[in-house]
Amino acid sequence: MSKIIASAAIRGAYKIVGRAEKKWQEAMDKWGAKEPVGFPNTAYYLPVIYGMLGNKVEKLGDMEPVLKRCKSLLPPPVREEHPLPYLAPALDAGMATFFAEELIEAIRYLETPDFYTKTEDPVDGNIWLGAADDVILRKRGVEFVDGTAPGFAAIVGAAPTNEIAVKIAQELQQKNLYVFMSAEYNGKRFSEQLVEAGVQIGWSTRLVSFGPDVIATVFAAGFATRAALTFGGIEPGDYRKILIYNKDRIFAFVLPMGYVTDEWYANAAGAISWGFPVIADTPIPEVLPTGICTYEHVVSNVPHDKLVSRAVEVRGLKVAVAEVPVPVAYGPAFEGERVRGEDIYLECGGGRTLMVEWVTTKRMEEVEDGKVEVVGPELSDIEPGSRLPLAIAVEVAGREMQDDFEPIMERQIHHLINYAQGVMHIGQRNIAWIRIAKQAVEKGFKLHHIGDILHAKLHQDFGRIFDKIQVKLYTEEDKVKEVEEKARAVYGKRDVRIEGMTDEGVETFYSCTLCQSFAPGHVCTISPERTGLCGSYNWMDCKASFEINPTGPNQPVEKGECLDPKLGQWKGVNEFIHKASRGKIDHYNFYSIVNDPMTTCGCCECIAAVLPMCNGIMTVNREYTGETPCGMKFTTLAGTIGGGLSTPGFIGHGKYNTCQRKFISGDGGIQRIVWMPKSLKEEIGDRLKARAEEIGIPDLPDMIADETVGVTEEEILPFLQEKGHPALKMDPILG
Amino acid sequence: MAEEKETKSIDQGTLELIEKAAKEGVNTTFDRAESIKACPIGSVGSCCKHCGMGPCRVPLPKGKEETPEDKKKRRGVCGATAETIAARNFIRMIAGGAAAHSDHGRGVAELFLEVAKGGAPGYEIKDEQKLLQVALDLGVEIGERSNNEIAADIGRIALGEYGKQAGELITLRKAPLKRQELWRKLGVAPRGIDREIVEIMHRTHIGVDQDYKSLLKQGVRTALADGWGGSLMATDLQDILFGTPAPILGQANLGVLEEGEVNIIIHGHEPLLSEMIVTVAQEPEMIKLAKSKGAKGINLSGMCCTANEILMRHGVPIAGNFLQQELAIVTGAVDAMVVDVQCIMQSVQTVAECYHTKIITTSPKARIPGATHVEFDEHDALKSAREIVKTAIENFPNRKGNIHIPDNKTDQIAGFSHETINYLLGGMFRASYRPLNDNIINGRIRGVAGVVGCNNARTKHNEAHITMVKELIKNDVLVLTTGCNAIACAEAGLLVPEAAKQFAGKGLAEVCETVGIPPVLHMGSCVDNSRILIAATAMVKDGGLGDDISDLPVAGAAPEWMSEKAISIGQYFVASGVYTVFGVTWPTTGSKEVTDYLFKDMEEMLGGMWAFEPDPIKAAHLMIAHIDKKRKALGIDQARERVLYDMDMRRELDAV
Repeated sequence: MSKIIASAAIRGAYKIVGRAEKKWQEAMDKWGAKEPVGFPNTAYYLPVIYGMLGNKVEKLGDMEPVLKRCKSLLPPPVREEHPLPYLAPALDAGMATFFAEELIEAIRYLETPDFYTKTEDPVDGNIWLGAADDVILRKRGVEFVDGTAPGFAAIVGAAPTNEIAVKIAQELQQKNLYVFMSAEYNGKRFSEQLVEAGVQIGWSTRLVSFGPDVIATVFAAGFATRAALTFGGIEPGDYRKILIYNKDRIFAFVLPMGYVTDEWYANAAGAISWGFPVIADTPIPEVLPTGICTYEHVVSNVPHDKLVSRAVEVRGLKVAVAEVPVPVAYGPAFEGERVRGEDIYLECGGGRTLMVEWVTTKRMEEVEDGKVEVVGPELSDIEPGSRLPLAIAVEVAGREMQDDFEPIMERQIHHLINYAQGVMHIGQRNIAWIRIAKQAVEKGFKLHHIGDILHAKLHQDFGRIFDKIQVKLYTEEDKVKEVEEKARAVYGKRDVRIEGMTDEGVETFYSCTLCQSFAPGHVCTISPERTGLCGSYNWMDCKASFEINPTGPNQPVEKGECLDPKLGQWKGVNEFIHKASRGKIDHYNFYSIVNDPMTTCGCCECIAAVLPMCNGIMTVNREYTGETPCGMKFTTLAGTIGGGLSTPGFIGHGKYNTCQRKFISGDGGIQRIVWMPKSLKEEIGDRLKARAEEIGIPDLPDMIADETVGVTEEEILPFLQEKGHPALKMDPILG
Repeated sequence: MAEEKETKSIDQGTLELIEKAAKEGVNTTFDRAESIKACPIGSVGSCCKHCGMGPCRVPLPKGKEETPEDKKKRRGVCGATAETIAARNFIRMIAGGAAAHSDHGRGVAELFLEVAKGGAPGYEIKDEQKLLQVALDLGVEIGERSNNEIAADIGRIALGEYGKQAGELITLRKAPLKRQELWRKLGVAPRGIDREIVEIMHRTHIGVDQDYKSLLKQGVRTALADGWGGSLMATDLQDILFGTPAPILGQANLGVLEEGEVNIIIHGHEPLLSEMIVTVAQEPEMIKLAKSKGAKGINLSGMCCTANEILMRHGVPIAGNFLQQELAIVTGAVDAMVVDVQCIMQSVQTVAECYHTKIITTSPKARIPGATHVEFDEHDALKSAREIVKTAIENFPNRKGNIHIPDNKTDQIAGFSHETINYLLGGMFRASYRPLNDNIINGRIRGVAGVVGCNNARTKHNEAHITMVKELIKNDVLVLTTGCNAIACAEAGLLVPEAAKQFAGKGLAEVCETVGIPPVLHMGSCVDNSRILIAATAMVKDGGLGDDISDLPVAGAAPEWMSEKAISIGQYFVASGVYTVFGVTWPTTGSKEVTDYLFKDMEEMLGGMWAFEPDPIKAAHLMIAHIDKKRKALGIDQARERVLYDMDMRRELDAV
């Protein structure tokens, strides 16, 4: 830390802590110590304070000790001549700044409940989103876990022009980074600049407008802290581990844009403790020696066209940027972008027209690699606001290609197309739906480019299993129908095959350590009848993934001798997990929630919990934010069982797994489910119904209670009795 | 004449006072060093006076190579060879030094236990965190027990270490694992502190151990009992009682004396009484009394290691180092010089007699004829302290004329304990040695040197200290300092952060600017050399620089050494794996075998070895060459590529 920076950061910290103290005093006078405070829908209280100090701030009165701590962390100002060492005091001051900022923001939620939207995306002209709630954290956290998002840039201030803002944002998006925005410079704010330039902001496009004030920078630190608590399995209060976890695994950095005020310096000093360096566009002093961050701490005076690449280098991040030959920006950050109303140039599928996507294997001589054919009208042949039928037929050939890989590649079409800026894609197979925006067409986007994207990206990701690929895009009604009929026949065959796969029918399961980058102790084992708890990976995906990358995160596990057929335990699996969990876990059961259940990283789609009074289980999906009969919300449950623990009475599982035949079969199976949120029941309704019929209890879906019946065991038990729920007559679940 | 005087110190104020003393007919150490020549046979370790048949002098033949016949003749009356004699002399120096440090540690432990039992009013447990840390180190149960209960156990265990007969010192466990195993393998892990010292005295008695290698190994064992035992415990317990030092601004040099105030200099080594004097000197009644005698106030300053102790904890200014003790009195402005133990020249009393200064001895172990004796009573330390301060105040009106206080004082930042360095490199939440190791690995810092030790009247005051330290920092070597070297560095203005830009190489200066530290870190008194051992261990533990102290790119030096303590310190540095260079003179050159064993064989055995080089620039380059050798072995001698991490690499990381 240079003397100038340290002095400024300490001054800034004093100002912010002073502001927090004043706010707190006013709030205490108005509401009193018992008034509840907090960020919306989170089990992590005020996350930086909770993570660093272990303090749960639930009421205004709880803020007092935190304020005291802030003050004790504030060092004396740096002396001009013969200063005492200032790096450590400045870092402490940065920490005090974050604590104080969380207090200020929590009081803001209390004083002005509508200040922030509390949503993923801007609502009715309010672009300030505020703290990410736990639903967002977990949903986005999965992207951090699987590598689709390696980190984030915290942009403080504003760019000199809207054009530069858009360029920097897009460059960060193309590097798959999240952009967290706060503060203003020269009356401008980065997020407002993007909105003015017509860019869609919000969590969906990874351009997150936290707040208008520099204080909101703390939401970025809160997000990072919760990542360590949620996925790293680190205990609150274990500040050192949380910070080192962030230094090693969360590739974030701060981009102050514009004049760096004392308050900005204070926030920068805070970020450095997390290992997040500062890359400035102004000529502030530099701090180049390494240590707290992996490389430089403060790099300055970087020209705007070099800012992102310099930041990525300073942070020590390697980003594989997709080289895709399309005239629009491309990357996962554009996946969540919407194309609405008058922006639509072309729309296909979605019930308006017929649309189908199909990957099929051909003989080598039938495929000309890289060939893209558009049969029927192109975008240049039609008027804005048109509709067309569309068939995307992808034909692959190669010695390693197997029929089983077709659906896996086919499922990639959705996100691969969606990654293109100005293209929105929903659904798959013959229920696909695509919209192409006018802005994309203006930049020269054509249907042909869909073929180019698929050729480039499928080669990049699946190059090991096929040699050649060609894409045909049909926009003529009869051709589309023809493709759809052929495809439909194949879909049917595939479904039968997948449905017929059993754990007994294979000798090899697959491990999934994809999330060990974030949850180092956790290891999933995926069998045909127990798909990954994150919902992203089934057995077939793992198999393909292994073929593509033999040293990657999905390794074959010879299941070996069966130690317990009922609960689902195998010797080979036990040996594998012992090693892969670095000795943390030496066995678990695939089919039981009661006896040594499988571990979870914390990014599971659903969590099931035993309800002893009802002699059954409940399950809750992460989108459901309400109370549940086990007494915990999803987010509290995830916090309790995440981080690679085996917790009897609880399991994490995928939505799909709920209706698989082996779902907790060791404890009695699906007929144990006595409660799930209404939305989940609707989402998996068809398969739930089919499975209920299969086990001879066709009314089961109606016997399962939901939040409209009650959110405590006492409330739902009479309902279960009235409906004659089968769980009530089963053997005691807790033997 | 003027030119000759200039050769005595690099410090202007010191020269002024040497001149004043000469003018006033006061005999000082500078004069005596000229009139007494060092015994040429004793100085190289070739004289044995351990029995009534001697002293036997076995010098090397003058001006020619020794022949085998000459060598055969070089035996004492008892038959002891020149090797045995040199080794005996050498390890008796270690015994003397280790005894001094360790007896200091014992005194602290005794007071510590009294404090824990409530028998020493005025003292208290000041650093709870360190108390708990030491409790963990010593295996003392913490639970729900009070600080005093914990402290009592610590005190008993600490005292027990002195008289322990078997096993090994508990505190050896603070060393890197590999080092501990090496000591055990070599049979040099000390059993009990006193036992090893006694065993040196026994082995060097006539007709006992007469194998120089065996003797030198016992020297190693005893030195380890000092560095990792007595000294380490002295430091730890002092920190608990008086607070672990943290960065603090202070001043140095004779110019800190104030003509209009009652000047009390606290000189010696132990902080036990001086801490109380610091408290008492601030009492309103004392200040009132001083004013009633015509003084503006009470000005406390320190000398030698007591000075370092109270500087590190209270910012009390330092009046000077070893060679400046008589000169302070020569100012005519010192009303009392309070002394305890070690490095106190008996001549301070003689000099004092030429002025009005009262020399007050306080230790039952250290008396000087003619001096006033006020014995330090730990059960009523405040009373002793008040009596001393009063004596000084009452002496103020007795000042004679011709007062001259040189106008030389410099600012300094001191207080770099191991705990503080750990904190300074990352703050409360990220404290670690990582930034130090990182910047050593990336080459901004070339290495770390511990430059310590005394002044020696045989060489120009402070010259070798400052020349060596400046050369080291110019070459990007971070310097850790204690004792009289630290005071020399303070006087030369090297202990302020601004010195980095002025004197240090670019890489080191950049790191100093980042952390806000001077290029030379003052770690305390000479028992605090144990802090350097702990810092080196922390560097090993933080990773990336090997797995033992001997792998680190570090070196040690005592360019102006003179005391037996310096030899003990040097030996425990060597035994801990550090390359250690001494200046001025070397006490074993009378035997080639013994010297070779220390300078060469020890490296193979211990990874560290001794070296001797009186030229401070050459010595600095020996150290740098050693540092470079270690850098090469670690593979950090060349710049490394920046590693950019992708997801796969992150997955490979171990959990934190």
